[in-house]
Amino acid sequence: MIDIVIDITLLAFLAITSVAIVRMTNLFAIVMLFGIFSLLSAGLFVVMDAPDVAFTEAAVGAGISTVLMLATLALVKRPQKPYYGEAPQSHRAWLPLIVVAVTGSALVYGTWDIPGFGAPDAPAQSHVARYYIENTMQETGVPNIVTAVLASYRGFDTLGEVTVIFTAAVAVLLLIGGKRSKPAVKTNKKGEQDEA
Amino acid sequence: MRPDLILHVIAKFVIPLIILYALYVQFHGDFGPGGGFQAGVIFSAAFILYSLVFGLDTAEKIIPSHWLRILAALGVVIYAGVGVASLLLGGNYLDYTLLGSNQIAGQHLGILLVELGVGITVAAAMLILFFAFAGRGRD
Repeated sequence: MIDIVIDITLLAFLAITSVAIVRMTNLFAIVMLFGIFSLLSAGLFVVMDAPDVAFTEAAVGAGISTVLMLATLALVKRPQKPYYGEAPQSHRAWLPLIVVAVTGSALVYGTWDIPGFGAPDAPAQSHVARYYIENTMQETGVPNIVTAVLASYRGFDTLGEVTVIFTAAVAVLLLIGGKRSKPAVKTNKKGEQDEA
Repeated sequence: MRPDLILHVIAKFVIPLIILYALYVQFHGDFGPGGGFQAGVIFSAAFILYSLVFGLDTAEKIIPSHWLRILAALGVVIYAGVGVASLLLGGNYLDYTLLGSNQIAGQHLGILLVELGVGITVAAAMLILFFAFAGRGRD
């Protein structure tokens, strides 16, 4: 019972936050609301008994990405007025409304076939999950099955994830890392080389 | 009195707690929620807080950016190295069973080392991202 109340409250807050994000024009406030959105999602994950996922969502979604978006915001220094303020209205308002309504109802229709939350005959429970739950303690001695699956049973997968994070850092370094090149300094160096 | 005195004092008080919590999440991930990924992010959050409060240049004096590049690569090397070690001991790649005296000990050691590699890479990568973005602002 209390779970349902918490679920409804969190989902209502999520909906309110999304509407506020859509309607706002102040980019700083929108970044803050994104952080709140992630924190609310983390709360939902906790209610669904997934503390590891909630942990990641709170740390990455609400923490790091908010900081990175703030850093980006400080770089671009865009005025807070929306740039689309004077854009010509090339389409009528009902067209996107129809697209959203059709897509939304298709998604809702799709949820009818999803097995109930925690249903024992759900595909997620009936394949390898049963093996992990029964054998993790004997095979690895690690009480947290999530850690055992991530680091041991699917260690190769996680190695790929770590490589992805490393690649992301390398890519950012290649794109915007290091000092900004100054044209004046460059021409000076060229001149020196020419003289040499 | 400097206008940001309260910020400085609170940050100095909070940052050690954040680092301690990151270490707890890192090494207690076998038993409770958490693990290398979350611990790395929390660890980097401590340094991001430091650089937000005390300035980017001061933070880069503590962790120079060339260290971060080495650390980001080191984490992947630790992870892949555990796999190579288990290969050399006669097992499959990333099969930790042969790392210890029995299966449980081997799995424990393997998971600990692998999570350490994940934590180091994630923390260094997050700091690289933050320094790259925040460092663009100054000329």
